[in-house]
Amino acid sequence: MIINVARKELKSMFASPMGWVILSLLMFAFGTYYLNGVNDYFSVMSGAMRPAERTGVTQFVGQMVYGFASFMVLFAVPLLSMRLISEERRSQTLPFLFSAPISLTEIVMGKFLGLVAFLGILVVFIGAMLSTLNIWADIDFGFIVANSIGLLLMVASFSALGLYFSSLTQQPVVAAILTFVALFALMFLDRFFAGDPSNTLASLSLTRHFQSFSGGLIDTADIAYFGLFILTFLTLTVRRLDADRLRG
Amino acid sequence: MNNFTVEAIELTRLYGGREAVSNVSFTLSKGQVLGFLGPNGAGKSTTMKMLTGNLAPSNGSVKICGIDMIEHPKEAKALIGYLPEMRPLYKELTVDEYLTIAARLHRVSAGNIKKAVEIAKERCGLGHMSKRLIENLSNGYQQRVGIAQAIIHNPMVVILDEPTVGLDPIQIRDIRALIREVGAERSVIISTHILPEVEMVCDHVQIIDKGKLVFNGSIDVLKKQRIGNKLLISMLNPPSADELLKIAGVTEVEVLSANQMRVRFADDAAPAEAIVQAAVKNNWGLHQIAPDQTSLEDVFVQLTYQEQAVPDVSVS
Repeated sequence: MIINVARKELKSMFASPMGWVILSLLMFAFGTYYLNGVNDYFSVMSGAMRPAERTGVTQFVGQMVYGFASFMVLFAVPLLSMRLISEERRSQTLPFLFSAPISLTEIVMGKFLGLVAFLGILVVFIGAMLSTLNIWADIDFGFIVANSIGLLLMVASFSALGLYFSSLTQQPVVAAILTFVALFALMFLDRFFAGDPSNTLASLSLTRHFQSFSGGLIDTADIAYFGLFILTFLTLTVRRLDADRLRG
Repeated sequence: MNNFTVEAIELTRLYGGREAVSNVSFTLSKGQVLGFLGPNGAGKSTTMKMLTGNLAPSNGSVKICGIDMIEHPKEAKALIGYLPEMRPLYKELTVDEYLTIAARLHRVSAGNIKKAVEIAKERCGLGHMSKRLIENLSNGYQQRVGIAQAIIHNPMVVILDEPTVGLDPIQIRDIRALIREVGAERSVIISTHILPEVEMVCDHVQIIDKGKLVFNGSIDVLKKQRIGNKLLISMLNPPSADELLKIAGVTEVEVLSANQMRVRFADDAAPAEAIVQAAVKNNWGLHQIAPDQTSLEDVFVQLTYQEQAVPDVSVS
């Protein structure tokens, strides 16, 4: 049943130009970064004489692309997540889901997975794009896998938060703005505490937990953080929708 | 185990202390069509939302085919098809895509989805609209898609909130036929403002006003109330009331104007013919005689505005 809701979401996303436009624009941007990364690699490495200054091509290009990607999804996710619930609320289509034999949890999970699957396309494409380096170099696939997992977890966390804000309002634009502001704050929280890295608030920052993935390290603590983040916002969303049923 | 398809038990819904629906109880059996009548804001839609599990009742419970809506919402919802007042259509999808999703979400098994969609389209006259975007359909066709969505999984109970709004007369006739057809084997609840529609389609009527049921009974009771034993007679040279009272069966004569009068007669009598004969014989100049029907509107107004005055009608 979760799958059916997710399929419905994917269908709606690809039924409008919005989904296609965002996908293609993002891929265009990532492709440009990839190309620049490869060009820069040669110019930078030809100047780096000592072995200590040299880095592998995977890491050099990968860090550029994934760093940019983790920044770009900050703009892309609010645009995609905003309509998930608020649009249905506005066009009064929620009763269609509420009166079908599916629980609220399944509806929320389905919508969440639908969006993550859509954004997962991006993650897969980026991974595939970077893997093409393997044609003439011997690349580090472990690095790409760790980064892909990290990016996917981050995108999923963004989506969970976006879904929650979308359930709060009838206006998709309001949901998008709220999501963007909240994500922006969470992303750059650690910058505010740059002088005191051990601060508890700083460790709430999403970027900080993405950092280990971007270095090629899969840390269970970070996975747990993203998992809890997602769980929290999905639970809040279910509760918000349940309040609709109770309070009317 | 009784065979009620819908049981509403003392449904109450509060909106911030105000009772939108209070203590509404009724039952519905298989093969019945229930009409829900009431002025605006009477609580029709709220009751329907509670029946379909879209709104939690503040008090009371709903059972669909014996399954409690609050305790087992999934099982109960699987037995219901619901068309809310605002059509829940995803306008960016085509009719086929939308109905496929509806079938899938309502647990139609994967192999039967195509067939279910075809049948629903055929029943609602949507066959030639399959590939059109819902957004581009006219209001009436959108309404049909809404109805198709509600009957796609062949539910035991179909609940339609104002299903004929926005349709042209021919479409209304088709939809009414469809409701009767579905109602023959399943249970249907419809709400409407159009009173004659209730008479045409429903076997049971409920009139709800200010959140309370003021009438709950068979349509025949309402019809009887409406038609009554009355004749309206217009004559050029009307006789005195006493003369009419002499005719067998006539119990009461009411003079309305100089040449019009209303005659009441006993339940088993049919004095129309006798009156005509008397009129010819005595040269009363009869030019009109017809059963005097209180319009359904009058009955409705009577029930909703003077509920105390007609307590004897509430047979449930």
